[in-house]
Amino acid sequence: MTLLQTRGLRAFYGDFQALFDVDVTVAEGETVAIIGANGAGKTTFLRAVAGALSCGAEMVEFDGARVGALSAHEIVRRGIAMVPEGRRLFPSLTVEENLLLGGYCGRPGAWTLARVYELFPVLEERRAIPATSLSGGQQQMAAIGRALMSNPRLLLCDELSLGLAPVVIRDIYARLESITADGTALVIVEQDISRALEASTRFYCFQEGRVALTAACRGFDQEALTSAYFGL
Amino acid sequence: MEWLNIFVQGALLGGLYALFAIGLSLAFGIMRLVNIAHGDLIVLSAYVALMAVNATGMNPLVSIVVVVPVMFVLGYLLQRGLLNLTLSGGLLPPLLVTFGISVIIENLLLELVGADTYKLSAGSIETDSLHLGGGIAVGVYPLLVFATAALSIAGLQLLFYRTALGRAFRATSDDADTAELMGVDNRHLYAMAMAIAMIFTALAGVLMAIRTTFDPAAGPIRLIFAFEAVIIGGLGSLWGTLLGGMVLGIAQAVGAALSPTWQILAGHIAFLLILLVRPSGLFPRTRD
Amino acid sequence: MAEYRVERSTRESRGFALFLGVGLVALATLPYWGGAGDMRLVSEMAYYLALAQLWNLLAGYAGLVSVGQQAFVGLGGYTLFYLTSQFDVHPLVALALAAPLAAAFAFPMALAVFRLRGAYFAVGTWVFAETLQLAVSLITPLGAGSGMSLTPAIVRQISPDRTGREMIVYWISLGLVALVSAIVYLLLRSRHGLALTAIRDSEPASESLGVDTFRTKLMIYVVTAACTGLVGGFIFLQKLRLSPEAGFSVNDWTVVVIFMVVIGGIGTLEGPIVGMLIYFGLRELLADYGVWYLILLGVTAVAIMLKAQEGIWGLVARRFDLHLFSVRRHLTR
Repeated sequence: MTLLQTRGLRAFYGDFQALFDVDVTVAEGETVAIIGANGAGKTTFLRAVAGALSCGAEMVEFDGARVGALSAHEIVRRGIAMVPEGRRLFPSLTVEENLLLGGYCGRPGAWTLARVYELFPVLEERRAIPATSLSGGQQQMAAIGRALMSNPRLLLCDELSLGLAPVVIRDIYARLESITADGTALVIVEQDISRALEASTRFYCFQEGRVALTAACRGFDQEALTSAYFGL
Repeated sequence: MEWLNIFVQGALLGGLYALFAIGLSLAFGIMRLVNIAHGDLIVLSAYVALMAVNATGMNPLVSIVVVVPVMFVLGYLLQRGLLNLTLSGGLLPPLLVTFGISVIIENLLLELVGADTYKLSAGSIETDSLHLGGGIAVGVYPLLVFATAALSIAGLQLLFYRTALGRAFRATSDDADTAELMGVDNRHLYAMAMAIAMIFTALAGVLMAIRTTFDPAAGPIRLIFAFEAVIIGGLGSLWGTLLGGMVLGIAQAVGAALSPTWQILAGHIAFLLILLVRPSGLFPRTRD
Repeated sequence: MAEYRVERSTRESRGFALFLGVGLVALATLPYWGGAGDMRLVSEMAYYLALAQLWNLLAGYAGLVSVGQQAFVGLGGYTLFYLTSQFDVHPLVALALAAPLAAAFAFPMALAVFRLRGAYFAVGTWVFAETLQLAVSLITPLGAGSGMSLTPAIVRQISPDRTGREMIVYWISLGLVALVSAIVYLLLRSRHGLALTAIRDSEPASESLGVDTFRTKLMIYVVTAACTGLVGGFIFLQKLRLSPEAGFSVNDWTVVVIFMVVIGGIGTLEGPIVGMLIYFGLRELLADYGVWYLILLGVTAVAIMLKAQEGIWGLVARRFDLHLFSVRRHLTR
């Protein structure tokens, strides 16, 4: 069952074209990785799907509906949530308030504040402090929790491992399994290739705004991947 | 004793100035918008009250029930239809558009209503006073205005810190982009912010109109009072704005005691001094 | 490898410069073929154009949106009136002194008001102007609330007969707008002009390149103030009567000027000219309708800011790739 389908997705920053005819598919409950060098268009892709960047209506199809032209807040209502690059927690809000804000659109579902605290107990301990006082790893957990509060069917994760220590990254990825166990689909954008490939069933490699390569993760040839990654 | 009375009058006057300032503060805090037409909107509220009073003969204080909803809707439409369009264009559009709106409101009022000054009468409450002992008397009306300001701020604090809408306001003020990614409709939220700001602008307009005369050109000086209260108190804190208003009111009262023509000038001087000596205000809660 | 040269003028700009020169000469002869009313109108257009170019320099190029330039208009007026009446200074000398006096006020003012940013800066400048107006209205030697007049004795120092006076005052207005335009133009052509464009585009970036943003902005602010003071002095030399309300009127000296620049095209040199012509045209057209022309101006300014920020001239320039004043640098072979 295809959940997300992009067709010929083109995106622009003003006059500058950042994405060229990107076709990506994500099935229900699937975990897909998007890898690529800096500036390859990975974050741009996520932002286009999330509605933060406008594109043609027919370029993004979610659950059978054409959502490309919708704005970000409408897309959240439909069931796509984003864990933004760099966490982007709200400094004026406490940890708990950040999480509650994630549930602003009121989508019903299994994820409640209590369940998020179950997944990330440290957040409950530190619920009343300003969110930006948390450590990097804890902030990442809070950002994930915040996105979960909207009960998404598709979770977009932008650079979860950015600036985090390996042991923390491992911890966070371990918890991703509880999220996907429910049937939530995941798109993981990562610079840490091995981590991303380990966690996903399929991957797309972006290069200068285009999909250079896509395949199943299991048993994939490293050399072909390197060529695609660097555009050789 | 005389000086104590002056201080108290000035402090209570500060309540009115704080009421002027709340709308300005809200718009800036949530949308980084300095509404040059703010003073004119206060005066417009006074005219709406005037029309309501003339049409029904009601007490101006009762007209609040009419003026507030009218200005609430006006604020929502103004923001959603016009001001939202200026927010992404840099410094000039919001400033010049609100400047243009200010001139339009002033001149429309002049053309449609005329240059006569008006004042609303609320009856004996305007001159009643309360004797607090020790030779200090406070006017009931100034006390009412001050209480309104304090209650308004308390109410807003509740809104901001205890409700989902308040959370959304604070989040949008921090990072509008990410708030939108979390499901907050920015355009609607900004419009709500302006609409709520207008509630207090409307209150300020009606209460001002009972206290003093007004005419179409009365807007700019109110903008300046609001602005001075905000700067003296320090950006980012509503209670600070109340205190800023009180400092302004006291400075003006002291000036007026020396000579009536010195009242407004004394306020300006206090403002300029604070700007020179402590530019971030007396009680800033800096968070850019 | 072909050689590149940095050139500033284009064929259009040279043509326009010629046109301007001829036009100026033609206007200078107006006293011989026009009436006193025509001269007054052209004078008014001249001093408004000067004010508009100065405001445009501040807001459109330096990014300093001031809603308080009327402070310097009033200061200029009061300098003229005070020096001539109290110290028997020749009116034209007193007029010239309006510039340094306005600059002297602008300097400390800038230090206070530069602490504010953006729209707060704008309101801050307004507060300064209001403060000056109130202060002046309390000072008796300056005529307090009722103001001052230029006595016939003072005015006769310019020229003993009326026609002579009208001619001289008229020519001064032309000279003034030419002087102010030249100053603005030369500033923008200089490295300060480049610095301003850099600052306007990105202050942090220009700072990192070594542009002293504070000093550049301060210099522009003070120079603009001096010129505005000079123009202000002239305005009241022509009006012969000055009061705090008239001298520091935000409606007369700021609202109208801002509308001219915004509608004409902020941030361009041609804009103020276009805006000034539109303003006077509208004012004439709607003369019988009270303040509706102001409302119309307001609506137009709002529409321009929302839909076509570059103003009427900007639209024309973009359509025809026209630049009549050559301040930009381009490469030619």
